[in-house]
Amino acid sequence: MTATNDANGTLAAMPDAVPDRIYRHSGLTRTTHWVNAISLFVLLLSGLNIFMAEPALFLGQYADFNHPALHIFAAHAGDGRLVGITEIFGQQIDTTGLLGVSNNAMGHPVSRAWPTWLTLPSYRDLSTARRWHFFFAWLLVLNGAAYLAWNTYVRHIQKDLWPTREDLREIPQSIIDHIKLKHPTGAAAIRYNVLQKLAYLAVILVLVPGMVLTGLTMSPGMDAAFPILPWAFGGRQTARTLHFVFAWSLVAFFVIHMVEMVLAGPVNELTSILTGWYRVPKGHDAAAPESASQGKVQ
Amino acid sequence: MSEVVKSGPGRRGWLKASLAGLGGLVVAGCDSLSNNRSVQKVLESAEGLTRRSQRILLTPGQLAPEFREADLSPMFKANGTVDPPDAAYRAHVATGFANWRLRVDGLVEHPMSLTLDDLKARTSRTQITRHDCVEGWSCIGKWKGAPLGALIRDAKLKPDAKYIVFHCMDSMGGDDSRYYESIALADVFHPQTLLAYEMNDAPLTVPHGAPVRLRVERYLGYKQAKYIERIEAVASLKDLHGGRGGYWPDRGYEWYGGI
Repeated sequence: MTATNDANGTLAAMPDAVPDRIYRHSGLTRTTHWVNAISLFVLLLSGLNIFMAEPALFLGQYADFNHPALHIFAAHAGDGRLVGITEIFGQQIDTTGLLGVSNNAMGHPVSRAWPTWLTLPSYRDLSTARRWHFFFAWLLVLNGAAYLAWNTYVRHIQKDLWPTREDLREIPQSIIDHIKLKHPTGAAAIRYNVLQKLAYLAVILVLVPGMVLTGLTMSPGMDAAFPILPWAFGGRQTARTLHFVFAWSLVAFFVIHMVEMVLAGPVNELTSILTGWYRVPKGHDAAAPESASQGKVQ
Repeated sequence: MSEVVKSGPGRRGWLKASLAGLGGLVVAGCDSLSNNRSVQKVLESAEGLTRRSQRILLTPGQLAPEFREADLSPMFKANGTVDPPDAAYRAHVATGFANWRLRVDGLVEHPMSLTLDDLKARTSRTQITRHDCVEGWSCIGKWKGAPLGALIRDAKLKPDAKYIVFHCMDSMGGDDSRYYESIALADVFHPQTLLAYEMNDAPLTVPHGAPVRLRVERYLGYKQAKYIERIEAVASLKDLHGGRGGYWPDRGYEWYGGI
């Protein structure tokens, strides 16, 4: 949501004034944000449990078991000790303790692709993990569809997320600002910066739709209904690999999202995604990043 | 204070232990939710949504993608039972399935008992399809068999028949429970649904379900029942074994295995 006049009664009289608070996130955006967050969390943990049933990734239509792109497994070392090994395109890395071999609830090392705290349920259970996964997959899809439909209709995506030509020119400066951990203040803080816009767009238009489409490609029923799916992703096994890559890309987004939230002021940021109201950070004009100084109150 | 820190595991250790404890609580909470019957029922509701959606998207005759000879997997993994220990099955293997009969009964007008040669004498279909295991892997194989739809038409279903059940010869995990699976009539009459007796131009081997296995393309591997000895037409799945229509569905897996 953009700045609105009801944030500050004097805004209409003084068009250049920066309001103290703006109504940034609509009710639908806030609701869908949290449903999305919970769904992705459950989908990740249940998905990692599902992965344990075949802890390897392949490229192509079928699984070429001798040439996995990734394989997480356990092996016995010379001294009989159980070691966890992660193999990526033939390169083996000892990942004992985290991947391949980790401690069970009793504290004994066991053969598992992921540690217990990364899977839902914590124990290996493909059928239960699939139940969690598909329920929350439906929730993710319906929630995401509501978000995209509404925010396209009210032009939130076009107005507030789609980068302008000017935005794109500011990319180098924005990268420098991010490295220096400089956050915009005043008028510039009302809009999203270009890297933020691109990150959000990547999530809502590429990563989450990519998760859904590669997930659907793993369904033999969907492949019969839409043969274009396995064709487009280069085979069911490639789709499964991409599903995994997109999932960890979303985890990477989540980590950056949390770091930026803390750096930008966690109380203000959390308040805005819970209530919609965002307090515009005050700052001296001199301190405002150059890239954002052109920012216009919308 | 400093002495306490020195003698104890240290502040960092305490923090680590607290985090681990908190994490343990979350994990335990998730596990108890997973075992809660009400939670399970809510999660299982997604299966109906998936089944109905795919039934709408899939026209009855829509084929699963078929492949070329060049696409065949160099190694087709055999999964589940690969060598049934059951005495009756061992005897069939010893005699080359000469005494094996496929019974077709239940809610049909004309029950049948077919030899392997009877089945092979019927009009056949050959298809190269992708086998998708619920575990995540896929293999591409070539199957030759008798279309199930034509066989069931010959047996003539009674009006109240709604499902076809496949009774298998392999006992699972030592208990008295034999493998079984079931499919809806829409899939029975699908052109790619076969009683397959050949795989990759050779008679079906024991690991892959000799003498006859089901191919019901558009579904996961656990629906492709192996070691079939009896085909039964039923009105409901409730009265069979666990009541959920299949060995794995009785153990928590979706009966609708299209996803």
